[in-house]
Amino acid sequence: MSILVNKGTRVVVQGITGKEGSFHATQCKAYGTQVVAGVTPGKAGQEVEGIPVFNTVRDAVKKTQCDTSLIFVPPAFASDAILEAADAGIRLIVCITEGIPVNDMVRVKRALRGRDVRLIGPNCPGIITADECKIGIMPGFIHKKGRVGVISRSGTLTYEAVNQLTTLGLGETTCIGIGGDPIIGTGYVDLLAMFEKDPETDAVVMIGEIGGEAEEKAAAFIKQHIRKPVIGFIAGITAPPGRRMGHAGAIITGGKGTAAEKMAALEDAGVIVVRNPAEIGKTVQGALSPRGSV
Amino acid sequence: MNIHEFQAKQLFAQFGIPVPNGKEIRTPLAAEKWAAKLNASVYVVKAQIHAGGRGKAGGVKLTKNCAEVPALAKELLGRTLVTHQTGPKGRKVRRLLVEEGADIAKELYLSLLVDRDSGWPIFIASTEGGMEIEEVAAKTPEKVLKEPVDPAVGYQGYNGRNLAYGLGLPALEPTILGSFIALLDNLYRLFMEKNASLVEINPLVITQDKQLVALDGKMSIDDNGLFKHPDIQAMRDLHEEEPLEIEATNNNLNYVKLDGNIGCMVNGAGLAMATMDLIKLAGSEPANFLDVGGGATKETVAAGFRILLKDRNVKGIFINIFGGIVRCERIAHGVIEAAKEVDIKIPVVVRLQGTNADEGRKLLQESGLKIEVATDLWEAAQKVVALTGKKRKKVEAAS
Repeated sequence: MSILVNKGTRVVVQGITGKEGSFHATQCKAYGTQVVAGVTPGKAGQEVEGIPVFNTVRDAVKKTQCDTSLIFVPPAFASDAILEAADAGIRLIVCITEGIPVNDMVRVKRALRGRDVRLIGPNCPGIITADECKIGIMPGFIHKKGRVGVISRSGTLTYEAVNQLTTLGLGETTCIGIGGDPIIGTGYVDLLAMFEKDPETDAVVMIGEIGGEAEEKAAAFIKQHIRKPVIGFIAGITAPPGRRMGHAGAIITGGKGTAAEKMAALEDAGVIVVRNPAEIGKTVQGALSPRGSV
Repeated sequence: MNIHEFQAKQLFAQFGIPVPNGKEIRTPLAAEKWAAKLNASVYVVKAQIHAGGRGKAGGVKLTKNCAEVPALAKELLGRTLVTHQTGPKGRKVRRLLVEEGADIAKELYLSLLVDRDSGWPIFIASTEGGMEIEEVAAKTPEKVLKEPVDPAVGYQGYNGRNLAYGLGLPALEPTILGSFIALLDNLYRLFMEKNASLVEINPLVITQDKQLVALDGKMSIDDNGLFKHPDIQAMRDLHEEEPLEIEATNNNLNYVKLDGNIGCMVNGAGLAMATMDLIKLAGSEPANFLDVGGGATKETVAAGFRILLKDRNVKGIFINIFGGIVRCERIAHGVIEAAKEVDIKIPVVVRLQGTNADEGRKLLQESGLKIEVATDLWEAAQKVVALTGKKRKKVEAAS
């Protein structure tokens, strides 16, 4: 088991003929993902590494029964692409695109509300179930099947944590980058609930950063509903207020969204908060070993 | 992107939000001419910098005498204002807003932003105008009203009524209800159409003759939405930005200057923040945030190097790359090239991990450059802090 995606997931790549789209579609396929279709308007009939290209997601769904979309469409057109996928009956949409206007995401998020579709991202590395299915831009080789779930707002920092888990022999079930934007499709809470139910996941690593109150909300949920060990790291203890730290969503505003507040909330919920990002793996190892053996 | 008060007020006026009659002024002579034309009972001369707290710092002057306006303009222009938002260095005043004063009966607070959790735009209003809203929220949270707007249908009259009655406006001034509801409608349109991330009117005043006027205006635009608005792009004021940050932006790098002495260059925003935190944990302070991005090339790495070295506080450099899409040997080539171009006299520690990390480390080790190469993250951070510390001590001993 795993969460959200597995060997059976059938993926369509929107924006497959672009530089990023074609490169990553190929990489995902090489990892073992069933990349069954691509979409670029006007390019129907072409192929990318043997993957058939369609004009619309609707056509791709009809011809290939794809159920999950991976989006590499440029920011100005990405909200359109997300809504197109949702309307065509895609059940899981993973949007990698960085730089989508917030107001576009306001409309998209509202339009998806109450519908049977889940959006991951935007501005995220995607989602991977180790040794089964990679739907995103993360380097596949650092992942190894194991017992730890990972949820993160970041990209390379997630790779860092995953690499530690793999090197220590712990491995991962599913890793999800939820995205660094202020408005994202899926937050920590839904994914924590899924990992809690997944029999193959023994612990969850949660990587957060400054800005917003998603980690505080997750903390409240963990306190009530999560029994598995959660190991947390929050980036940005040295970030000054009022400055945007790379990610559109990483900003301390009006004194809210500081790393210290988030760490305190998580600790209060029983999360093991790691101060040193080089020790995420070791901390998980400690939390998973029977008492006294490490 | 932030814009000046006078620019926000120009946009307010375009969207039918009442503002005082005013003009952007850059010289005392222009102030003299404009004041004569304005012919008001009270003149307000306001320093235009991208920071709050201007009033308390002496950046806002009032006079009833038209003849005094040029002198007040002269006093403010070129002056450096230090407010609680500028930092100790302050900001130099290069532009003024000269406008007519208002006869204030009541001050309100009004703003509009996107609530990150729900993803809905949300109005925030208070009867405590003129104060900082964070302060009001901390001391008297019951005086801060919130009104979310459903983005599927946009602003509705009831949103305005909820706020107006919540603030007690009709009891205070029955004739104001209609214009208040219309003002919120215009504010919502402005916010959505111009891709704003924040619009704040503090204070929004009710004048003695029962008019609503936006006496102050603050507006931030979503950087991701800027491409739709050439008019707002033209409002960018480079004087309000750190020169190194402008250079970084021109090289497609994400850079934020800080006060420490270890310069860092990292790929990815989250890892860049974590690296800064690690430097602190190892006993020093980061000099900057620098994300070279997922598509880092030799050129971006070289540009990053130049920017780090231009910051005189930087006494050591920590390069932390986790190769995913970016291959480590490409980064290594970039570091070597940049290091040959500029004579680096300070310690440099490079930590490479991920795709082709071994190859990258080997390239650096065989380059003949004085670069410390590391694999382990914590070890690398400790190393750069130790090397930088030694260097600093030496300098102190010599002086």
